[in-house]
Amino acid sequence: MTSILFFLLGLTLLFVLMIGLGIFWAIKNGQFEDMEGPAQRILMDDDDPLLPGRRDADALKNER
Amino acid sequence: MTQAASCYHCGQPLVPDAAFSVLIAAQVQPMCCRGCQAVAQAIVDNGLGEYYKSRTALPERGQEVLPAELDQLRLYDHPKIQQSFVRDTGEHLKQAVLILEGITCAACVWLNERHLMQLPGVKSVQVNYASHRARVTWDAREITLSKILAEIQQLGYHAHPYNAQRAANSREQQRKKDLRRLAIAGIAAAQVMMLAVALYAGGWYGMEAGTVQLLRWFSFALTVPVLVYAARPFYAAAWSALKIRRPNMDVPVVIALLAAFAGSVANTVWGQGHVYYDAINMFVLFLLGTRLLEQGARERSVEAAENLLKLAPAMATRVTAHGQQLVPVLELVPGDRLLVKPGETFPADGMVEAGISGVDEALLTGESRLVAKQPGAAVIAGSINIDGPLTLSVTGIGENTVLAGIVRMLDQALAQKPRLAQLADRIAGQFTWALLALTALVGLAWWWFDPARAFDSVLAVLVVTCPCALSLGAPAALAAAGSHLLARGVLITRGHALETLARVDHVVFDKTGTLTYGKPLLAATHPLAEWDARQCLRWAASLEQASEHPLAAPFLAQIAPEDLLPVTDARNEPGQGVSGIIDGRRYFIGRTALPVQADAAETGATQVWLADETRLLAKFVLADTLRSDAKPLIDALKAQGLRLSIFSGDDAATVRHIGEQLGIDDCRGGLKPADKLAAVRALQAAGGVVMMLGDGVNDAPVLGAAQVSLAMGGGTQVARASSDIVLLSERLIEVAHALVLSRRTMRVMRQNFAWAIAYNLIAVPLAAVGWVSPWLAALGMSASSLIVVANALRLK
Repeated sequence: MTSILFFLLGLTLLFVLMIGLGIFWAIKNGQFEDMEGPAQRILMDDDDPLLPGRRDADALKNER
Repeated sequence: MTQAASCYHCGQPLVPDAAFSVLIAAQVQPMCCRGCQAVAQAIVDNGLGEYYKSRTALPERGQEVLPAELDQLRLYDHPKIQQSFVRDTGEHLKQAVLILEGITCAACVWLNERHLMQLPGVKSVQVNYASHRARVTWDAREITLSKILAEIQQLGYHAHPYNAQRAANSREQQRKKDLRRLAIAGIAAAQVMMLAVALYAGGWYGMEAGTVQLLRWFSFALTVPVLVYAARPFYAAAWSALKIRRPNMDVPVVIALLAAFAGSVANTVWGQGHVYYDAINMFVLFLLGTRLLEQGARERSVEAAENLLKLAPAMATRVTAHGQQLVPVLELVPGDRLLVKPGETFPADGMVEAGISGVDEALLTGESRLVAKQPGAAVIAGSINIDGPLTLSVTGIGENTVLAGIVRMLDQALAQKPRLAQLADRIAGQFTWALLALTALVGLAWWWFDPARAFDSVLAVLVVTCPCALSLGAPAALAAAGSHLLARGVLITRGHALETLARVDHVVFDKTGTLTYGKPLLAATHPLAEWDARQCLRWAASLEQASEHPLAAPFLAQIAPEDLLPVTDARNEPGQGVSGIIDGRRYFIGRTALPVQADAAETGATQVWLADETRLLAKFVLADTLRSDAKPLIDALKAQGLRLSIFSGDDAATVRHIGEQLGIDDCRGGLKPADKLAAVRALQAAGGVVMMLGDGVNDAPVLGAAQVSLAMGGGTQVARASSDIVLLSERLIEVAHALVLSRRTMRVMRQNFAWAIAYNLIAVPLAAVGWVSPWLAALGMSASSLIVVANALRLK
């Protein structure tokens, strides 16, 4: 009974350390600096080949 | 239907018979003016048409880039000016932080990023959506900073450099530290809560003593970093509050934390009683979370406020015997001779030596019309030269200018402002003493009856009394209201603003730039010969092509570029008008330089005449028109039962005219800054709580003296600095919304206090008599905090 508890608590400790290091790394890398931008940015289709400017650029590339 | 009648770019109503359009995504879309047309065309030409699909808010009305503005941007390329905000990040690589004005939704951010990235020489662009700042890196060999700024202007936004070295760095460090603390508290709380569930279940069904001890020691190990690292800000705040003998909310918080921890450790070591590790972790997590939210809201306010403080290019053209030279304003001394070109701001007070021009002193006097200046006349720093070049000799610089004098007046007014003590902290002092006295009493009583239970009961009292709910009540409500208002373009710059706003019963408006747009727009066209209005406008706009005068812009905004007629032999008479030959005939447009006599001017508007060599063809009336949402705002404020007044520096007839249009009875014109100050003081002496809305330097002292003040985001720096609230969006109607929200905020704060006090009044006696089990104490503490926060989040 107690031995499995020791094992599980040890595992918990390991996970806690991993999570902690992960979050610290993310904070250090500025992942939390702009909390709204990424959510909005993903909606913008800046790789949409149907955009007039993009299509021109692609056409030029194909001609070469 | 509204689609057809409004501009596709900015959403403002279309002017009848103005034919502007842009081909967007294979559809011809109507535009309201040349500015919007130019901006929309620039967006489409650069392959950024996606913007129109993704945007969720309309941009500002487009404005054409004037050559004079581009000249001013060029000043930013000057090495002396660049020193303060440009960093060298590598060989030829330079980096600057730019503040973007006019961002209304995420699509604007995308638009700017994409467009700048397409420019040759720009290495990287990152726009922060929350703070509206762009970090741009460019290669100095391929592109100049002024070119980058000009490109942003072409898209309809304004950019100016921000001096990043100052406050931003330390703020970023602090935020990262706070985030780390929150992370530790969060991880530990999650684990300890899990163990707590096991312990409670064990208490109910029975658990081996050894297992209980194991779980307790493990909880202890997880709680130590929280108490040692995550909770440190509370110790620091409580200690500094105790040092000045003014206990704040942090003092009972720290007492509860330390007492609960000490008690839990003692019970863990002796293997008896209850432990409160879960309560401690929850407590710290909640407090840190709210603190971070509140700080985030405040930081965004600070950033928005900082974005307003422009780094103006402080350069002047000095005329010496050796010719002209560009020098920093700081190097000027009285007696220097300066050349001020049309469109430039006077860098110092001075006396005109040569040249004739009209000068815009609206920022200082509130007078919306140009003031004529001839040799011998005095000019004031901060006013803008409009018509022709002026040479002046400097009479006052820096501290000795009229502008600096007004700023000093403002400082005094601000110093006299009543300081509102924070209610929560006032309660906190008494709360702390009451809590300590009560705990001592409970401990003594139990010692008398049943010494074995004394320790546990004292602990229960300390944990169950919730300074948490009391300390969260006000900040959570203020943070929620503040960030909600900021999202709507209303920036709160002083802490007391919301509290005072809720008590306002009298609203005073400035006219120019606040109720009106603050710049001339074409109000009426009166054809005087057989020509129709459209033809008159077309001829007028064609003549004005050659002019850089601000009065030319409203004409050019009416006529599409391809409709303009070729003009030969254009002559610009500074301060008087323009003439030129169209189809072999000479035409004149202007206020005075006409071959025929025009009748006297009427008040409140600027008149411009179009004539040929023998007769007058048309009269144009240019007036500063009311903002489109001025009337709805006035109606909304009247519905709220507020008294309204207009105090303006403009002449009485104009002010009365505006007042009649809006339905405001108390309209006073011709007031100097000191008169306005006296008038507001008189209202206050009669018991009124006055809110002042203004935009100019002349309003600054009044803004400072009113109990709560609001400046327009497009107003002058001094006005914004002296006001409690800045209307970034320039949408007047938000003022009515802010007033309503402030009253709701106060109501929510009162509810929070009432709840926290009621909870304590019920829970403490129960804990004191020993009826509150430890899990109930922990639950009660958490629930009371959660209720307070949830109540604050209703402020939407």
